[in-house]
Amino acid sequence: MNVDRITEKLNILADAAKYDVSCASSGSNRKNKDKGLGNASNGICHSYTEDGRCVSLLKILLTNHCIFDCAYCVSRKNNDIKRAAFTVQEVVDLTINFYRRNYIEGLFLSSGIFKDADYTMERLVRVAKKLRTEHNFNGYIHLKSIPGASDELMREAGLYADRLSVNLEMPTEAGLKLLAPDKNRQDMIDPMRFLKNEIIQNKEEKKLFKSTPLFAPAGQSTQVIVGATPESDHQVLQSANYFYKNFNLKRVYYSGYVPILADQRLPALHTAVPMVRENRLYQADWLMRFYGFHVNEIVNDSNPLLDLDIDPKLSWAIRNMHVFPVDINTADLQLILRVPGIGLQSAQKIVGARRFARLGWEQLKKIGVAINRARYFITCNSREFERRDLSGQNIKQFILASSQSKYLKNTQTQLNLF
Amino acid sequence: MYTLVYDGTFEGLLTAVFEIYERKLEPVKLLKGRWQSSALFEEVIPVVKDEVRASRVLRGLRKKLSAAGVQRLYIAHMADIADEDCNVLGFIRYVFNSEQNIEEDYGNRYVMRLSEILKMVRCEKHRMEAFVRFRKLNDGTFYAGIEPDFNVLPLLIKHFKSRYADQQWMIYDIKRNYGLYYDLHDTQFIEMDFAGSGKPSDVIAAYSEDEGIYQNLWKNYFSSVNIASRKNTKLHVRHIPKRYWKHLTEKF
Repeated sequence: MNVDRITEKLNILADAAKYDVSCASSGSNRKNKDKGLGNASNGICHSYTEDGRCVSLLKILLTNHCIFDCAYCVSRKNNDIKRAAFTVQEVVDLTINFYRRNYIEGLFLSSGIFKDADYTMERLVRVAKKLRTEHNFNGYIHLKSIPGASDELMREAGLYADRLSVNLEMPTEAGLKLLAPDKNRQDMIDPMRFLKNEIIQNKEEKKLFKSTPLFAPAGQSTQVIVGATPESDHQVLQSANYFYKNFNLKRVYYSGYVPILADQRLPALHTAVPMVRENRLYQADWLMRFYGFHVNEIVNDSNPLLDLDIDPKLSWAIRNMHVFPVDINTADLQLILRVPGIGLQSAQKIVGARRFARLGWEQLKKIGVAINRARYFITCNSREFERRDLSGQNIKQFILASSQSKYLKNTQTQLNLF
Repeated sequence: MYTLVYDGTFEGLLTAVFEIYERKLEPVKLLKGRWQSSALFEEVIPVVKDEVRASRVLRGLRKKLSAAGVQRLYIAHMADIADEDCNVLGFIRYVFNSEQNIEEDYGNRYVMRLSEILKMVRCEKHRMEAFVRFRKLNDGTFYAGIEPDFNVLPLLIKHFKSRYADQQWMIYDIKRNYGLYYDLHDTQFIEMDFAGSGKPSDVIAAYSEDEGIYQNLWKNYFSSVNIASRKNTKLHVRHIPKRYWKHLTEKF
């Protein structure tokens, strides 16, 4: 093994893959077969980069040679960078040896498009096939579906991979046209629809025959880049919601655009990465998936943008003061989940604990409720509660004034203007 | 005030509970280990582990708690967190003093505390599943040293056994000086004698040939996936507290 060459390739191809944010290794249920290597179930983050993102998978490109010229992508055809390509065996060896040392949960393999879609997809599938069939590797495998790849290849990919994903890249078709003129949204949607149907069919078969092989047990996900094109949060979340509903996606990832290339169509090179916006989008995404919020409650025509200063749940609450206060000791779980400062776990604990005794502030605090936010929206077993008739704006000011940490950044930059 | 001194085992704890009820001791304090000096106005009672008495208490607990509830209590005690025995005891007494199952009564301080302990222990267990870094030795065994905050090694058996079924491995708790060894069939607890050979981490002069290569590749990978323009040290350290760094290949 030529160590220097492998090291160089790894550096180039890991660097090129890092803008894909998905790193989930959960949602699969692959067991260790015949005393082989590995399994995949709940997902583990084995490390965290210095930017605070989790490292769960060996995330690399097979190659960064690419025939496309997408403006936002570091591997675009006309970008003057070092190119490299792994062989199938090299990827297999790296995966196995990293996995045995407990560095990773598995492999996330993507690639630049070389020659054509099928040629590229076939290589990706070959890596997965080799890992599964020759090495009895049962760890997590996430493959990129290459837009335009044939149904046969996609079916084979599903047999070996735990998760498949097609990146939509831009939240809207217009955005894609602008920045990736070579790409076609329909090419991305076709494999997604094909896989969705295959997954449903596989589930049906599994009910009848227990021996039915697994087919992409961790489902599909996608990624959209935010901040490269002028879409509003309303458009981004509407689009995410559409794909959750129509393609049974497990996750939509939002990737704040990192300016790496000078291009007139894109934000200038030293523009800040929209990290707060990205964070708010994820919070909104969680509200849709776990808290029973409809997308239109979070963003709509009159509120097309998420408030960067406060989280979307608080934002919804101060627009809907008529719902509050909520009585913690009697309200439905669904309503308690809508109170700012109360998360999923706290809400469930509250509902469990109140069967024994009525809960007061002290207990709520112990349970994990963020009282400084929740206090404006709830009553509990105490004579103390918010008696002033505060407007939503008042509450927002109070909460911002009393909180520190990440919110402060925004207020400070505003102050600097004067 | 009565002080009960017991051997630190779960059985010992249950025997102590038996004594407390049998002899109607109140108020009481629990101490682990051997009794040494006695304060002036205290009565110190050494508890001798007794299987019959312990299993009677366990039967009582099973009647009032779900199976998962008993398991949680066991884990909370086994984690061996300093000065938590009074809370564990408080929980047990609350179980016996209540008519109904009180597992979800989070308004009660003992129930809440037990849930907090469990949360900390689970978190530590999960961290170990993530932060164990095996090093391949000459004989093909994969070795990892750990120093977890709580005693979580027994909780790791299931995960590592089902994942690394085709390689011999050993995870050694350097703090508590015992380890877990898997020989391709079963796991067993072992104790190594490091006398004369320095720290346990030094013993491993016997790395296999390609071990260094993969450690370097991993370090390279780790720095390549970082996005410098998104640097967030606070978040980084919150996810990987510094006390774990010395055993993480990518951080030392």
